[in-house]
Amino acid sequence: MSERLTGAQILIKSLEMVDVDVVFGLPGGAILPVYDPLLESPIRHVLVRHEQGAGHMAQGYYWTSGKPGVVVVTSGPGATNVITPVADAYMDSVPMVVICGQVATAAMGTDAFQEAPTFNLAMSITKHNYVISDACEIPQIVAEAFHLATTGRPGPVWIDLPKDVSGMEAEWWWPSDPTACLPGYKPRIKPHPRQVKRAVELLNTSQRPIIYAGGGVLKARGAQALQEFAELTGIHVVTTLMARGVLSDDHELCLGMPGMHGNYTAVTSMQKSDLLITLGARFDDRVTGKVSAFAPDAKIIHIDIDPAELSKVRYADVPIVADANRAIEALIVEYQKQERRRQERGDAPVDRAAWVEQINTWRSRYPMKYVESDEVLKPQFVLERLGQHAPDAVLVSGVGQHQMFASQHWKFSAPYRWINSGGMGTMGFAVPAAIGAKVGSPEQTVWVIDGDGCFQMTFQELITAAVEGIHVKVAILNNGYLGLVRQWQDLFYDERHSEVHLGGAIPDYVGLAEAMGCAGFRVDAPEEVDTVIAKAMSIHDRSVVIDFRVDPTEHVFPMVPAGASNDDIIVGPAYGQTEEEERVILSKGKFGAAPMAQGGQEDTVLPPERSGVHFEMDKKED
Amino acid sequence: MAQSSSLKTLSVLVENQPGVLARIAGLIARRNYNIESLAVGPTEEPHFSRMTLVVDQDQTHIEQIIKQLYKLVNVLKITEFDPAEAVERELMLIKVSVLPERRYEVLQLGEIYGAKIADVGACGVTLEISGTPEKLDDLLALCEPYGVLEVARTGRVGLERNEKRASLI
Repeated sequence: MSERLTGAQILIKSLEMVDVDVVFGLPGGAILPVYDPLLESPIRHVLVRHEQGAGHMAQGYYWTSGKPGVVVVTSGPGATNVITPVADAYMDSVPMVVICGQVATAAMGTDAFQEAPTFNLAMSITKHNYVISDACEIPQIVAEAFHLATTGRPGPVWIDLPKDVSGMEAEWWWPSDPTACLPGYKPRIKPHPRQVKRAVELLNTSQRPIIYAGGGVLKARGAQALQEFAELTGIHVVTTLMARGVLSDDHELCLGMPGMHGNYTAVTSMQKSDLLITLGARFDDRVTGKVSAFAPDAKIIHIDIDPAELSKVRYADVPIVADANRAIEALIVEYQKQERRRQERGDAPVDRAAWVEQINTWRSRYPMKYVESDEVLKPQFVLERLGQHAPDAVLVSGVGQHQMFASQHWKFSAPYRWINSGGMGTMGFAVPAAIGAKVGSPEQTVWVIDGDGCFQMTFQELITAAVEGIHVKVAILNNGYLGLVRQWQDLFYDERHSEVHLGGAIPDYVGLAEAMGCAGFRVDAPEEVDTVIAKAMSIHDRSVVIDFRVDPTEHVFPMVPAGASNDDIIVGPAYGQTEEEERVILSKGKFGAAPMAQGGQEDTVLPPERSGVHFEMDKKED
Repeated sequence: MAQSSSLKTLSVLVENQPGVLARIAGLIARRNYNIESLAVGPTEEPHFSRMTLVVDQDQTHIEQIIKQLYKLVNVLKITEFDPAEAVERELMLIKVSVLPERRYEVLQLGEIYGAKIADVGACGVTLEISGTPEKLDDLLALCEPYGVLEVARTGRVGLERNEKRASLI
């Protein structure tokens, strides 16, 4: 005999069936019925201060737990507030399920109170979305939603639940097969053997191969296979912004991040390569620069679970639709097979010694470095010190200069310890995502690297963290500016700073942190950095916020100007590059260089007289 | 059968569910594809509908459109027609302004093209014609001198031929 339950009870029970242990949300009118049975459920609810926070928490939760994040919001503004993180999750292929209240079925389409056209809104930023019209559909739709979110190319799935449906009674049941009603959904997981064979044949004729590893390798849990494949073949690996840590930065074969702010060796080795073995990456414009000039001599092996990524931006000579982990395993097996045959034939292996030597020359000539200073606090220095104190931390970043500095200067030693908003570039991502990450893995230390602009978008979630007892550590690289925008105004608009100055000294971050139940510190000088980080590391009963007052004139280098070829990389003043040399490169980008300032050439990109402009900070002692 | 080389016909089999048309139209809009026409209707199987899209793109884009459409969970099968190996038809209603004394001329034109008379009034006649889009265009051009008041076209629908390279029907 099956029980009769309300739609709301069926929903909660269905969430329990798919192994949900935490949801992030905020109640309201249309979702109210769902919050009642939640009281009896073992599912934990984290009550956010803004629905955007719930969405980013769900994303952070996925990265550390490996499970899809679940968001519960109400109709209208609750729904629209969660649009940004859902779009973010869609861009970065993060599995998420949104349960969204909706006005009663009869009121839908009448411009009712707190009604938004969520079905239409969610449609273009989700993998799939639903409106439930009868309580008996709930189990099937929940099962399908979690199946869709987590399989194939992962992504967000959105379920609209009208208020009358959550109140409606139906018999409890549970579908034995979530795919029973999905005739049009058949992700291809296994690579085609013929394509794998072709890929390895191509690899075996390549003189200058590079493995281009993206976020898809992490989604497929393929880090171990990737390392094995790289070691077996001796091919160097670049790890994209979404894949930092997929191969340890300490590994001899790891070249680090490619792209607009990638390091010289990663960018240049891709440019000069004759074969890019592309694994779960998508030739994003921030990686390729000017597409027609990107890696001009390279043939492309492109492995992705989403067929639409293959040949979307760059023609794939060998396209393979497959789960990245399965594909890498197949490549390993095929490579070993072809190696055995080669040895049987007595053929010599491809000699790549010159290429490896070339890579090593680039590496020793252009290691990641910056202009160091004993007086002003450099953001890169803060990251280096933080990395010394917390090498195993999960690092969660916002979007901007601080994100690039973090990706460049942090030594990632393991996968799933770097969380950021890559595709969408959502400012304000870090604080809530870090809270979600901590919920997903409470035993790990979670450090936020944020900019002051980003922090001011979502810091209120630290109140959530305080109330819920979720303790994270926040390092604000406070330069008083929207730093990356300022950098572009410096480079492309003749230092005409339009609406980028945030204040720096306001708010008082120490006071703000304390008001939110966190410990707050401020660091003005390089010599204070270690002491304060050590102090922050010793606090375990609340969250910590450190206001690092960093040099506002610091630019992110290396840099490939937007629209320029990746051959035109500015390495920056740390390598003795002059402003004039830099301007020549800048002029090749689509924005051109800013008009030449009067007064001739400078030795560095950042003349000393520019330091500290508009950055009047209160220097009072704490 | 003259057809502009950049026009391609896609026959898309979809689940017959609310919102599917919006999903397809939305995808085409947000990916910045141009569609020439779109026709939707039920199929022999009540759970599925068939959409016929005519797209004005070169081959590269067509592949991308097909792949993006396949990402929609409700899309089951997409067939790209080679115009030579498919039957494509469109229905048109055309209201021609004509006084009774010259009405027979329009009716005669219609007869040549196998059109039916859908409606007749004191000042005009409405013809109904189905056929290839080119045939419809021809009739429309011949009616122009009389004064075309209104036109409604369905957009083309199509199916692959039973046997490849069969005789023209």
